[in-house]
Amino acid sequence: MSTIEEDVTTTRDLAALVREREEELAELKVRLREWEDAFGAIPARDALFTNISGREVKALYTPLDRVEAEGYGEGVGLPGEFPFTRGPYTTMYRTRLWTMRQFAGFATAEETNQRYKYLLKHGQTGLSVAFDFPTLMGYDSDHPRSLGEVGVCGVAISSLADMETLFDGIPLDQVSVSMTINGPAIILFCFYVAAAEKQGVSADILRGTVQNDILKEYQAQHAWIFPPEPALRCIVDMFSWCSTHAPKYNPISISGYHIREAGATAAQELAFTLRNGFEYVERGIAAGLDVDSFAPRLSFFFDVHNDFFEEIAKLRAARRIWARGMRDRYGAKSPESWRLRTHAQTAGVSLTAQQPENNIVRVAYQALAAALGGTQSLHTNSMDETLALPTEKAVRIALRTQQVLAYESGVTNTIDPLAGSYFVESLTDELERDALALFREIDDLGGVVPAIETGWFQQEIASAAMRQQREIEAGERVVVGVNDFEEGSGKIEIDVLRIDASVEEKQRSRMAELRQRRDAAEVERTLTALTEACRGHENLVPRILDCARAYCTLYEIRHAMEEIFGSYKEPVFF
Amino acid sequence: MSENRKIRVLVAKPGLDGHDRGAKVIAAAFRDAGFEVIYTGLHQTPEMIVNAAVQEDVDVVAMSILSGAHMTLFPRVKALLDEAGADHVLLTGGGIIPEEDAAVLEGQGIGRLFGPGTSTEDAIAYVRDWFAQHEPV
Amino acid sequence: MALSASLQALLDRFHAGTTTALARAISLVEDEREGFQDFMHEVLKVGPRTARVGFTGPPGAGKSSIVATLATAYRARGEDVGVVAVDPTSPFSGGALLGDRIRMNELTTDAGIFIRSMATRGSLGGLATTTKEVMDLMDAFGFARVLVESVGVGQTELEITAAADTVVVVLVPESGDAIQAMKAGLMEIADVFVVNKADRPGADRLVKEIRQAIHLRAGSALRDVPAHHGVDLSRLGGAGSARAVKERPARAEPQGWEIPVLRTVAQSGDGLPEVLEAVDRHREWLTKSGELGLRRRARARVRVQNVVDRELRRLARHTAASGGRLEHGLDAIVQGAETPYSVAREVLADLLDPEAR
Repeated sequence: MSTIEEDVTTTRDLAALVREREEELAELKVRLREWEDAFGAIPARDALFTNISGREVKALYTPLDRVEAEGYGEGVGLPGEFPFTRGPYTTMYRTRLWTMRQFAGFATAEETNQRYKYLLKHGQTGLSVAFDFPTLMGYDSDHPRSLGEVGVCGVAISSLADMETLFDGIPLDQVSVSMTINGPAIILFCFYVAAAEKQGVSADILRGTVQNDILKEYQAQHAWIFPPEPALRCIVDMFSWCSTHAPKYNPISISGYHIREAGATAAQELAFTLRNGFEYVERGIAAGLDVDSFAPRLSFFFDVHNDFFEEIAKLRAARRIWARGMRDRYGAKSPESWRLRTHAQTAGVSLTAQQPENNIVRVAYQALAAALGGTQSLHTNSMDETLALPTEKAVRIALRTQQVLAYESGVTNTIDPLAGSYFVESLTDELERDALALFREIDDLGGVVPAIETGWFQQEIASAAMRQQREIEAGERVVVGVNDFEEGSGKIEIDVLRIDASVEEKQRSRMAELRQRRDAAEVERTLTALTEACRGHENLVPRILDCARAYCTLYEIRHAMEEIFGSYKEPVFF
Repeated sequence: MSENRKIRVLVAKPGLDGHDRGAKVIAAAFRDAGFEVIYTGLHQTPEMIVNAAVQEDVDVVAMSILSGAHMTLFPRVKALLDEAGADHVLLTGGGIIPEEDAAVLEGQGIGRLFGPGTSTEDAIAYVRDWFAQHEPV
Repeated sequence: MALSASLQALLDRFHAGTTTALARAISLVEDEREGFQDFMHEVLKVGPRTARVGFTGPPGAGKSSIVATLATAYRARGEDVGVVAVDPTSPFSGGALLGDRIRMNELTTDAGIFIRSMATRGSLGGLATTTKEVMDLMDAFGFARVLVESVGVGQTELEITAAADTVVVVLVPESGDAIQAMKAGLMEIADVFVVNKADRPGADRLVKEIRQAIHLRAGSALRDVPAHHGVDLSRLGGAGSARAVKERPARAEPQGWEIPVLRTVAQSGDGLPEVLEAVDRHREWLTKSGELGLRRRARARVRVQNVVDRELRRLARHTAASGGRLEHGLDAIVQGAETPYSVAREVLADLLDPEAR
């Protein structure tokens, strides 16, 4: 639309061309008005025409919607080129498909290790570790607060010993591993690095990602330990350590997923995530790091929800906003720093407990949106996840869904195939505008941390969640099998995976054994040194690595840090 | 019944799971239904929940559990409530709870447990009906 | 009047120190359930003993965090603590979301601390209508300290002065503009000022402004208007025609209490020991100066007025409704045969002298 492809040799030609375009648009305007009259004369279906984010979408988009848009080169461009709207890489899926990475973990390290080997055998190309709640909160399996939750929603990892078992027989120099952990991320990361050492793999060849995005924990997911300032220090320490010792490792995955799952709209997910990302960049720069030394390793993680086109536009807009911010606001020189690379996961909240097989279809559409949006890796949810942890069969179907998409559908052949669609381009622009407006609101509140402390993010997300709930309960928004097209008794017939209560027992005895076996003096020494380091300003990674190697437990390390850092308290708001 | 009598509900998030979207949605819905809702916040132990329930003299304790720990946490809270002399309190809740588990828990004196996709109206109606039948003097 | 069997049983358990009995007694009073006044009469025969500290200030100022820290400090000294936290009732649904416990989570498993959340249920003064009675109950139950946290809707909440011996006003730098508007009122009620989140920009300015306002008051024509104690408590009773009643002859102006302005960062605990110390010092001053007796007397006056008002209101409603008098009156007003005044006069006449009709 905004390109003029014909050769223009003279100004006369140009003037003629411009006139021609203007005439064409004027004519379109007239015809569009006629069409609108005809359209308006027929009553619409009794349905909600806002999308799931509450966004008004029009019935028709035309070149007229793009008259004010930026030029093609400026706003859209080519894949692998600024502003990366069409994709972070030049060749995209022509040279390398997205990484099919299924999040998995349950029970003990031993059992999860078995599941990983199974997934790798079935063609999965990367691992993604799900930890149990005690681990996510920095508690050992034998801590009283872990009661009933050990190994239930993920794998229990309380020390280097568990981490060694988790990757037993899995070559960490070859497989890239993503770990979903935030509050105690720096500790689990050190367990991982130490486990690789035991395999003879040095940190500089490790590939993978640790989520490590604490800001969204305060905003949405709530697995926090320390207050924001010390928590952000840990993150910057990891940026700094990884930039020299583990240059292929992503020390953060800035995540919109949990923000969206907590009820945010697509625009909120986009804005909050990117603003969090910029916050990390600012913190790194403030700590004296060169932006180009760490920014290339920042990675992202977005949700892919039900509204097909909005999700595609969201990923396109994310790349463009990030590139512009990094280059123009933070002065990054390296294109690697401008390039937003993302993992995506289909929307867990969109799954229904009723008629769970329908979830396979939902997941497939969402996966298609992720691919058309140009994701670098993808997790597809299993149909039974609203009922319990996924069974092996459900996980296999989810993985096969990606494989059918990648190998049969043909969508991988052409890069960013929806570019140029009047609708998708308009929506991409609109999402960018919405995000920038939200950035301004956050800045007016004094920045990300003050806005967290006053509960602003949490309130914004909660009111969006409330709106969606109301629409569903009022029957305005149809959820198939839930508020329409229901079936019979609603009895759910599907196998669910159960975690044996003996897991907790097993973990307890493992812990007791470990506490016996290790060198108590070395544990004491490394923990004391860590507490001292927390008091000062030195990088904490080497200290925590020492603790990990001495088989200090997760909670011991957390506790040694907490003595100086204190713990975060939930703000009160509704 | 005194005209000032309100249904008091403690909405609690036991355990370590931080997913409070459901708890917050139901807490707001209960308030909008005219209940007085005491919200405990995240990461509560069974002891904390029961102490709060006793001090607040609530009619209902509603727990939201998405972590799979329901078979440990519901019976534990129920036992502590009974021990504290608060056996008149309705213990109910919701989350990712398979139907068989809900049936087992109901057999132990725990009220209805609501799964994903439940409308807040159903939960409100359930609490109102229960209250109408059980209102203490 | 004799208590019903069930209330007598509740009273016995209350006197035996059973927590569930206290909790139920609070509900009894809060809901104004049948027989609650007789129950209170029995309970309050011991007279006031506890130290009552009130906390007020705008929302988000950190009142709950400060209450939680002070409660912990009292517990460390072996004193039992009762806490009442008040949140607003939704005017639309009549329901309420009470979230103050979130800030006090660490206290909830300590048997020496009892926390109760209350909804305002339509009362506008920052407390619920029965909050003072709930504090009386906690007093009678034997807590050494009773702390009350008002709603903090941003306006001056005078009710707190009628509920507490010591009033702590908590402010934050961000509330600067709001403070301007309410400064005069705050000066009247505060015994201790706390500027929380004192690590934020604007804290110094706020502290300075408060100090200036205190000195201005102390050195000006307002000299004769003492803090807090000068608040006309009778206004709170709702008795419209009563003039301000000074509890103290003009000569007995309280001496020697200079309102401290303290800086805290509740998140990290900075400055909180100073708040504790100031509240203790104020207590000591209250006792030594004889001010405590005056404040208790003033409070008793309000409490009596409250009970009389409540009973009158109840009786008036009952009288108005009985025999459909009000309903008939309404028709007459609509037809122009009567006015609201003539109908009200009839109701009142009936209330004051039922035999005369």
